[in-house]
Amino acid sequence: MHERINCRELIELLDDYVEQRLAGAERARFDDHLGRCPACRRYLMGYQGTMRAVALACAPDAATPPEVPGELIAAILASRRAS
Amino acid sequence: MTDRCEGELLRALQRGDESAYTELMQANTGKMLAVARRILKDDEEAYDATQEAFLQAFNAIASFQGDALLSTWLHRITVNACLMRLRHRKRHPETAIEELLPQFDETGHRIESGPAWTENVVDRLESAQLRKVVRDAIDRLPDNYRTVIVLRDIEGLTTEEAAVALGVRPEAAKMRLHRARQALRTLLAPHFAAEAE
Repeated sequence: MHERINCRELIELLDDYVEQRLAGAERARFDDHLGRCPACRRYLMGYQGTMRAVALACAPDAATPPEVPGELIAAILASRRAS
Repeated sequence: MTDRCEGELLRALQRGDESAYTELMQANTGKMLAVARRILKDDEEAYDATQEAFLQAFNAIASFQGDALLSTWLHRITVNACLMRLRHRKRHPETAIEELLPQFDETGHRIESGPAWTENVVDRLESAQLRKVVRDAIDRLPDNYRTVIVLRDIEGLTTEEAAVALGVRPEAAKMRLHRARQALRTLLAPHFAAEAE
């Protein structure tokens, strides 16, 4: 029988869990706590939702790149010539 | 614009072909500006950092071996130029984010679970609305937490690369990222919970 972890200890393992680095006894303790704790299940859902939201909202093709001002390109070219 | 292949463009840059420099900037300035804005949150500084990044790249182009794509190389230089600017900004006391982190009782059990998220709520949001909600929340994080989220979860650096960029040990970068993600979850939760209802 493995030792049980509490909510605080589960939170400390969250990143390893969501990035699939959690294995063996540690993973078993994580799953055991999750099975018994609805609050941690809700927290995990929100944590994974947060990471997905960031990935979707900030993907390179999620937004049109800002318009490139011609004067910026001209200024860079001028600086290059001057250097 | 001739739209040369990567190798041709690099060779043209290395022999000083002016049109190659223009082509490189037209293809990459928008993306570099976007990265700089995400990190610096200031349009004027983002312009300056992008300009600095290009000039650094131009100075180093003769020795660039082509071991990464030019766009990847420029991205790294831009990130570093932005981080250098962040380090030189007038230092503010680190903003506490404890109130955005989960609270526990003395036995390590959660005091409050907060509003529930509904499954797939993120995928159901209209993309422009999602972008605004998420970006506003990221912008509310203190600089040192916002930066680690931008580098790791948006710009795709590894924890080790982010640590080098931030000038901290990998363990510290990992801890900061964990706290930043928790704080961001707290900032997003009310919106997504409300959205689910």
